[in-house]
Amino acid sequence: MRRKAAALLAAVLAVTSVLGFSTVGYADDAAEETVLNVQVGPSPETIDPALNSAVDGANMILHAFEGLLKFDQDNNVVPGVAESYEMSEDGLTWTFKLRDGLKWSDGSDLTAEDFVYSWKRVVDPMTAAPYAYDLLNYVKGFDEASEGDLDALAVSAPDPQTFVVELSNPCIFFDKICAFAVLVPVQQATVEANGESWTIDPETYVTNGPYYMTEFTDGSQIVFQKNPNYWDAENITFDQIVWHLIEDANAAYSAYQNGDLNMIKDVPTEEIPSLEGSDEFYIEPIMGTYYISFNCNVEPFDNSQVREALSLAIDREYVAGTIMQGTYTPAKNFVGPGVSDAAEGSSYEEVTTATYGDHFDIGNYDADFEKAKELLAEAGYPDGEGFPEIKYLTNDAGYHKAVAEYLQSAWGELGITMTIDIQEWKTVTADRRAGNFDVARNGWVYDWDDPSNMINLLETSNGNNDGKYSSEEFDALVDAARNSTDVAEHYDLLHQAEQAMLNDAACAPVAYYNDFYLQNTNLKGTWHSPYGYWYFMYGYFE
Amino acid sequence: MAKYIVKRILMGFLTAFLVATLTFFIMNLVPGGPFLSEKAITPQAQAAMEAKFGMDKPLFQQYLTYMGDLVHGNLGMSIKKRGRTVNQIIAEKFPTSARLGGLAILFALGVGVPLGSIAAFRRGKLADNIIIVFATAGIAIPSFLSSTLLMYIFSVKLKLLPSLGLKTAASYIMPVFALALYPASYISRLMRSSMLDVIGQDYMRTAKAKGVSTFKSIFKHALRNAILPVVTYVGPLVAYLMTGSFIIEKIFTIPGLGHEFVGAITSRDYPMIMGTTIFLAVFVIIMNVIVDIVYAFIDPRIKLK
Repeated sequence: MRRKAAALLAAVLAVTSVLGFSTVGYADDAAEETVLNVQVGPSPETIDPALNSAVDGANMILHAFEGLLKFDQDNNVVPGVAESYEMSEDGLTWTFKLRDGLKWSDGSDLTAEDFVYSWKRVVDPMTAAPYAYDLLNYVKGFDEASEGDLDALAVSAPDPQTFVVELSNPCIFFDKICAFAVLVPVQQATVEANGESWTIDPETYVTNGPYYMTEFTDGSQIVFQKNPNYWDAENITFDQIVWHLIEDANAAYSAYQNGDLNMIKDVPTEEIPSLEGSDEFYIEPIMGTYYISFNCNVEPFDNSQVREALSLAIDREYVAGTIMQGTYTPAKNFVGPGVSDAAEGSSYEEVTTATYGDHFDIGNYDADFEKAKELLAEAGYPDGEGFPEIKYLTNDAGYHKAVAEYLQSAWGELGITMTIDIQEWKTVTADRRAGNFDVARNGWVYDWDDPSNMINLLETSNGNNDGKYSSEEFDALVDAARNSTDVAEHYDLLHQAEQAMLNDAACAPVAYYNDFYLQNTNLKGTWHSPYGYWYFMYGYFE
Repeated sequence: MAKYIVKRILMGFLTAFLVATLTFFIMNLVPGGPFLSEKAITPQAQAAMEAKFGMDKPLFQQYLTYMGDLVHGNLGMSIKKRGRTVNQIIAEKFPTSARLGGLAILFALGVGVPLGSIAAFRRGKLADNIIIVFATAGIAIPSFLSSTLLMYIFSVKLKLLPSLGLKTAASYIMPVFALALYPASYISRLMRSSMLDVIGQDYMRTAKAKGVSTFKSIFKHALRNAILPVVTYVGPLVAYLMTGSFIIEKIFTIPGLGHEFVGAITSRDYPMIMGTTIFLAVFVIIMNVIVDIVYAFIDPRIKLK
């Protein structure tokens, strides 16, 4: 009897101690778990690194994966999973040394072979990665590989910690390309076992970066949990990041005001006047330009004087500051802030201003307008006489319609009659690409920090040259810059090319993009880069 | 009656077939395709994608392939939501929309039918006037406005209800109300006019003359006849509400199907456009057949021929 009682007592003690212990443990966990709630866009189209071409998708990918190299807070390229790298003297061979003991989020080893697989996967025509050409056409064997002969791609892993890339042409910004979200490693086993669906199930979304996924509810939220297998896990602060996939800016704003979210990217534009001056409201540049394409193949836009006249007649300060509520910055040239120049830490835009002067005289619009009238008269249309009625093609999102209405009145003062053709976004894109327009809204956000990414848009052969601008002089400069191995020369040629396209009014730059967002003032240690990416992994609440 | 139902079902198949065919060709006529984006993709990538989704074949052949798959219940792969089939997306999103829509229908009926009846019985009195004013406002106010107002008052200002998603029971309140506002108002107006019609009928006077209590005369005689137009209206409404509302899902961040209808079109996700359209069409057809059957039960005078 006594023995029974003792056994019972022991059992009770054991059970209570286990229960008690676990309760205590749970309470501790709950207290320590730090959660960040953010909104950077609606449901991403994909979070498969190879397939992604959107900024919101890249934001998530950069928290879940880490490539060979990455960007730091000052936008410098720093080691990622590669602890060091070197470029051969001819600039053609890049050798990356991976860190010791790299692991996937599932605990398995990550080796240089994973990079070989991942990069070939990007080039594989069956993957149909939108960025394959842009990022990897510099790699030897790209053409053969993109036709299906993947082994032709000159990427190799001589040992598990060494990854070697051979280029067909030197590329002075290849380090920046290696930091691009598309080129992070993906795990062959999970991709092959699950096909394209590997990204939608937390079980199969194996990652190698600061976080891994624990929930994906399309249209609602994606939950990231800190990855203990990440090499730098000890410096990662938040245990959890919840990406709220909110599409409606008003809904995001309400949730932010309620305190449900710590940061939102989509701020309703009608709230901006009341937010200006607030500590929580940020306007920061991203590398991108809002511009207007002229259809250079049709009269009268085949005449550069006409294009320049129309371009100069735009009061950029008014458009950016008033119509766009200061969420854009007036364009003084084509390449704006955030883009670097040859010297470390230098700004391309500042070099342009110092060397050539600004093309658009922002502070003195009246002078530009007078010049516009003169140019139009020289082109044979004094006071707009004989100028055909033109159509402006745009979609109705953001400030596009308001800008269109402004252009209608600004060009109206030159004596030009313009009608506004508002179409839905895909139709605008299709018509613009096919050349079915007179004048059209356009814009570009850089893929990487090199001015060529913007300037090349006006190259004759460029697929995004919607206005079909073509100039031999300009093409030659751009091509020389592409093939230059000398950093200073590369930038110098691009400056010359930019001046050439501005003087020829290849298009009309209007404003530079900014991201404007709301963030709690006690959220510190996060940053926003000119690529439009947010880095939350080192953030904390004060 | 069985013959009639079989006939209706066959007609339904024909309608669904026509909807699918028309959607397929009209969709392909609209400018822009799924692979067109602000950033031009390389011709190789474009060709590879087209081959992957069978879009490199002539249009009529694509149509035949699609219809063949459709017969087997296979709606294809979504082009934009990579890695998911259209069947999966509908299966994942429909329950959310259906739950919300179902609650909205119950709410609309539960409010609309009594209010409409009361208005009819109190014709010209204060209650009637109040109900009419509210019903007119409910029809006139668009759902984006009512949703935004609700969210501003109950979520932002009073902090009583959550503004995001459907995580708790409380989070259903605003979207269900916003979704039900229009149908509830419409039903009450419909109910009022048909009830007025019925009240004036001879058999109602007879019932009253026979000494049937008001309560009994309303429920046994009036309601049964007056509700027929409401049933006609509610049938397709069930299909529309249960397949989700783009606006309400967007404002309240609800992962429902309504969003996919519009999203598919904006992104030219052809298989998704087809899948969602056919799904809605079939749902509407089924509801109409059900309405016809329900009619016969409510009103034995209607012979289904």
